Amino acid sequence: MNVRALEKCTDDRPDEVENILLPEEQNFTVENHDSTKSSTEDTLELKSDGVDHSVGSTKKTLKPPVLEKVFALYKKTDSLFIGVLSISVGLVLWHLATIYSFNFYINFQNIPTPLSVGSAFITQLADTEFYIHILVSLKRILVAYSIAVFLGVGTGLVIGRSRMMRAAVLPYIEIIRPIPAVAWIPLAILMWPTEESSIVYITFLGALFPIILSTVHGVEQTPEVLVRAALSLGAKRSKVFLHVVLPAALPSIASGLAIGMGVSWFSLLAGEVISGQYGIGYFTWNAYSLINYPDIVVGMLVIGALGSLSTFLVRLIMRPSLRWTLPRN
Amino acid sequence: MKAEKGLTKERVIHQKKSISRGRVNINDVTISFGSGANKNIAVETTTLDIPPGEFVCILGPSGCGKSTLLNSVAGYIKPASGQVLLDEKEVTQPGPDRGMVFQQHSLFPWKTVHENIAFGPKIAGHSQKECDSIANTFLSMIGLQGMAGKLPGELSGGMQQRVGIARALANYPSVLLMDEPFGALDAQTRLIMQESLLNIWSEFGTTVLFITHDVDEAIFLADRILIMSAGPGSIIADLNVELPRPRHSDIATSEEFVDLKRKCLSHIRKESLKAFECSTNH
Ligand SMILES: Nc1ncnc2c1ncn2[C@@H]1O[C@H](COP(=O)(O)OP(=O)(O)O)[C@@H](O)[C@H]1O
Ligand SMILES: [Mg+2]
Repeated sequence: MNVRALEKCTDDRPDEVENILLPEEQNFTVENHDSTKSSTEDTLELKSDGVDHSVGSTKKTLKPPVLEKVFALYKKTDSLFIGVLSISVGLVLWHLATIYSFNFYINFQNIPTPLSVGSAFITQLADTEFYIHILVSLKRILVAYSIAVFLGVGTGLVIGRSRMMRAAVLPYIEIIRPIPAVAWIPLAILMWPTEESSIVYITFLGALFPIILSTVHGVEQTPEVLVRAALSLGAKRSKVFLHVVLPAALPSIASGLAIGMGVSWFSLLAGEVISGQYGIGYFTWNAYSLINYPDIVVGMLVIGALGSLSTFLVRLIMRPSLRWTLPRN
Repeated sequence: MKAEKGLTKERVIHQKKSISRGRVNINDVTISFGSGANKNIAVETTTLDIPPGEFVCILGPSGCGKSTLLNSVAGYIKPASGQVLLDEKEVTQPGPDRGMVFQQHSLFPWKTVHENIAFGPKIAGHSQKECDSIANTFLSMIGLQGMAGKLPGELSGGMQQRVGIARALANYPSVLLMDEPFGALDAQTRLIMQESLLNIWSEFGTTVLFITHDVDEAIFLADRILIMSAGPGSIIADLNVELPRPRHSDIATSEEFVDLKRKCLSHIRKESLKAFECSTNH
């Protein structure tokens, strides 16, 4: 362990931030050892805090209170308001483009109108098969993503801390990572016994690389001073890993998990479009083959919603362990 | 250096534990970085004998090798030649017998203040109950009982450093190694921290190796000041500080203090002039 610690020491200088050294003579005249100024920094901080608040409130009370409230409400809701407005404008433009068969380079002649998409969606909601498509996709994501999290974080932690493992594994990552999911499809079908397993494999690959790379990044940026502190408090390698490296890497791991979730949907869809009989990607592509244009858009929007929702869930799950990174006052 | 006031039982235990141990010997230690043409000798054949319980300040400008020397005692760095001994045993790696206090940002930001202080005892295998009681003892020693559940990011810089000291002491180390622990604090807070460090030290009686580039700080705290200079890093003066203890910050105007300060400054000035002439000759 210490060999590593020592190696780290030589190329890492956590204590490099030095105060600029003034000529000592200057220090002498300025410094004033006065023990009566014993107010601690805590009370000083409280005071300055209080000043800020009072300044803020005197400014605010210059406005009539009712206007004040309306203003506050507006401030709270305005981003929501703008969002809704912006979506509405988009829908109207879409509607206009389709009913007037807009065709200037981009062709809206065969594009379903927003209303027809809405009614197709409601029709699908009454169809059990629609839910099966969604559930099958969700199951694939769940299986593939779980394996990716497990292997990705594990691999990332190992190659983040071990120079030898990194040298051995990194070439694979560099070669395989840029290959898009679609390019994997033929080989995946040849490699895996069932269509299902090849789709899950492709989905897994999509999630894997962002997770590995952000884990490695997180491990690498562990402040060396914290590792040293832990060593000086008696921690051995495994404890340093558990109590310092892992928590320090968590913010980066968390963002890798969120990105990985997005990419896994991306890859899943590639797999589902080309093979399979179920899944929301299959649903979308099948709608095209059946010339059922509104369902194409229904499928797309469902994919978008599920992608956002699952990424949001990942963030939500990670949030408690990242409490310490949040800004506070 | 012992506590003047009535000694509680606990204090006596601290002293008995510590006073017999904590001798640091640095024998012909040379430390260098890099190799070949890039070789940089950071510490040049240095020998020191620091008896148990002594408060030693290492004083010198930035980059002269203070941290490097301290890190070799901590066990983070292996000397190129020579040995560091703690109580006759060679230092080969970091360990809980040498408590380390860094300049800043060294608390585990994801652990509460309480968990930070209890970390050492927990690693040492104490039960949760023991860890809690040790942490509480040290929390009240640094006057931060109310902050136990807070995260380090919620504390001021001065409070964080107090927690850092408490965390290092919670292992009852024989030596406390402090690398410019107050260097990032404002002057006012620094004075308060210096006094409270002396109070704490008077209870524990551990050996302290304290790095600073502030002459006043060194004189105010130390039994002994080692002045270090760069190119390559070495000790150029070894001064005893005979000021009586307990010390209060108004001691800075006393004649002895000013005398000592003049002495320190003249050593430093001689060195910087040498360095200056060297650099202009090139
Ligand atoms: N890890 C390192 N790698 C290379 N050079 C280093 C390293 N640590 C310190 N040095 C060099 O050693 C010298 C002393 O540094 P340091 O001990 O940090 O000084 P101080 O603590 O007195 O400011 C400097 O010249 C610095 O550049
Ligand atoms: Mg330093």
